Amino acid sequence: MTEATMNKLLILAAAAKYDVSCSSSGSSRSGRPGDLGSAAGWGICHSFADDGRCISLLKVLFSNVCRYDCAYCINRRSNDLPRASFTVNELVTLTLGFYRRNYIEGLFLSSAVVGSPDYTMEALVNVLRALRIRHRFRGYIHVKTIPGASRELIYQAGLYADRMSVNIEIPSEANLKRLAPEKDHSSVYRPMLFIRQGLEENREARKRFRHAPRFAPAGQSTQMIIGATNERDKDILRLSSHLYQGPALKRVYYSAFVPVNRYDSRLPALTVSPLARENRLYQADWLLRFYHFRADEIADDAHPDLELDIDPKLSWALRHPEFFPLDPHSADLGQLLRVPGLGLKSAERIIRSRNHCILTRETLAAMGVVMKRARYFLACPRSNFYTIHEAGPAFVRKALSGKKPPREHQFPLV
Amino acid sequence: MIVFFYDKTFGGLLSALFDAYTLKRFPALLLGEGEIPPLHAQINHTVSSTEEKAERVFRAVRNKLDRAALKAVKYAWFSESTGSDTLIFRLLRKALESPRVLPLNYGDSDTRAIMRLSRQVSCEKEKMMGFLRFQETAQGIYCATMAPRYNILPLLIPHCRNRFSDQQWIIHDVPRGFGFYFTGETILPVTLEKSSLPGGRLDEALLTEKEKSFSALWKEYYKALAIKERSNPRLQRRCMPKRFWTYLPEKQG
Repeated sequence: MTEATMNKLLILAAAAKYDVSCSSSGSSRSGRPGDLGSAAGWGICHSFADDGRCISLLKVLFSNVCRYDCAYCINRRSNDLPRASFTVNELVTLTLGFYRRNYIEGLFLSSAVVGSPDYTMEALVNVLRALRIRHRFRGYIHVKTIPGASRELIYQAGLYADRMSVNIEIPSEANLKRLAPEKDHSSVYRPMLFIRQGLEENREARKRFRHAPRFAPAGQSTQMIIGATNERDKDILRLSSHLYQGPALKRVYYSAFVPVNRYDSRLPALTVSPLARENRLYQADWLLRFYHFRADEIADDAHPDLELDIDPKLSWALRHPEFFPLDPHSADLGQLLRVPGLGLKSAERIIRSRNHCILTRETLAAMGVVMKRARYFLACPRSNFYTIHEAGPAFVRKALSGKKPPREHQFPLV
Repeated sequence: MIVFFYDKTFGGLLSALFDAYTLKRFPALLLGEGEIPPLHAQINHTVSSTEEKAERVFRAVRNKLDRAALKAVKYAWFSESTGSDTLIFRLLRKALESPRVLPLNYGDSDTRAIMRLSRQVSCEKEKMMGFLRFQETAQGIYCATMAPRYNILPLLIPHCRNRFSDQQWIIHDVPRGFGFYFTGETILPVTLEKSSLPGGRLDEALLTEKEKSFSALWKEYYKALAIKERSNPRLQRRCMPKRFWTYLPEKQG
């Protein structure tokens, strides 16, 4: 490892850090004697950076020499930055060296668009091929699909990678056109649909031939920047829910806008990133994926944005008091999942246990139900809690959103 | 109060169950041999642990617990926390006396306590899967030291063997003073001498040149990846508690 590699690594890691996704989940591959690596289905975090984000994969760009000039991107052509590109061997040595020391779970490879999309995509495929074929690497690989790359290259990348992703970045096409005049949504959706087709063909093929090569077993994901443009939360959630249903994405990531190019007047002049909004969007995303909510239930025309002081599930429950209170002994899983303070695990525990015992408030609390929130929405035997009907939504909102004033620890001396 | 003394092995625990059914007396407390019984202990019985007894009890228990519960019992055992053996004893007794496979009932406080212990051990194991760090020695052996809260090294070995099957490695548990060596084919028990582990970490003189450059690269990469505008040290410490930092190269110097 030379000084030059170190410099490249620093430049290309700093250039890749604004990509949020770093998960190594969704693909399970056991090791093989004599080969390096395996993939754990649930993903493993190997470290946590100073911003609290997990580091699971070696996240680097292949190159940051970009031909585009997108307003929101740090690597845009008009920025005066040190530029660098890896060679295939450098990247392979780094990945394997880090992997053998258990620093990482695999590689997250992305790139700026060098020359043409096909040229860049081919370079990425070369790295993957070297890792998978020459070094028989069985760890996790996430590869970014370059918008506009040809179908054949995307298919090849899918044969080597576990997860693929194409970033939408800006949720609406008009705003994308404004901030990145050289891009459009169809260049993003086309590769997404290629990947989906590949996934479906592969599913069919594997039904017939057990040893058919797997195509992107961990599916595909995408990312949207939040707060750089004027989309409301309802638009974002509607788009996410379409993406989960249409191209069957595994994950949509939300990235609170960090103003990296302050000089560009097309971008809002933010002093802080909208981190709270990002958090609420992730909560809403979970409701879409695991809690059987529809996008229009979480945010609609009457409530176009998520409330920042209470979570989206509580917000829905306060707007729908007629749904509650529920009896935990008889409610089905779908109903239980709508109770604030109850998650997937505690709902499942309730269902497993309720044939064997009576669920009192103490039992529920011991099972991991957050009674502070759930108390208003559950009808427990022998409990003297107010339900949402007795207390009223306004009271519940106040009780659950307000932070208590700090307690006085001593009396004033005078 | 009935107290049983046993040899603090899992086989001993199963033998204690066997003895309890033979004597028709069930202990309220299990203690290791030589430990001091509480003041009002009436019956003190010392369990003679044999493989035959353990085998018989295990066969009976296996039919009465499902896979999740068996795993929970195993993990709770590896927590090595005080009272975990008494808990396991009570749960296994409930299982033996249940007419069918014991349902996982979270309304039962013993089940809850076992599941809680098992979850803590399992979390520690998963954390260690991520935070384990190998260092390459001059002989080409990848060596890792760690100090987990629970005795999770035996649970970690299958994962490492599966993943790093083409390299030789040693994983050493510093506070418990034992480790395993994978020769490339088999796993052998091994202990590292204290003198080669100054401050719990492997002596730098034993490492290759390459190792230093890789850990330097990793450190720089780690620094470059953080977004300054989103700095969140509390979240970082919650996800990666400081007790792991001693063994992480990115947190050294």
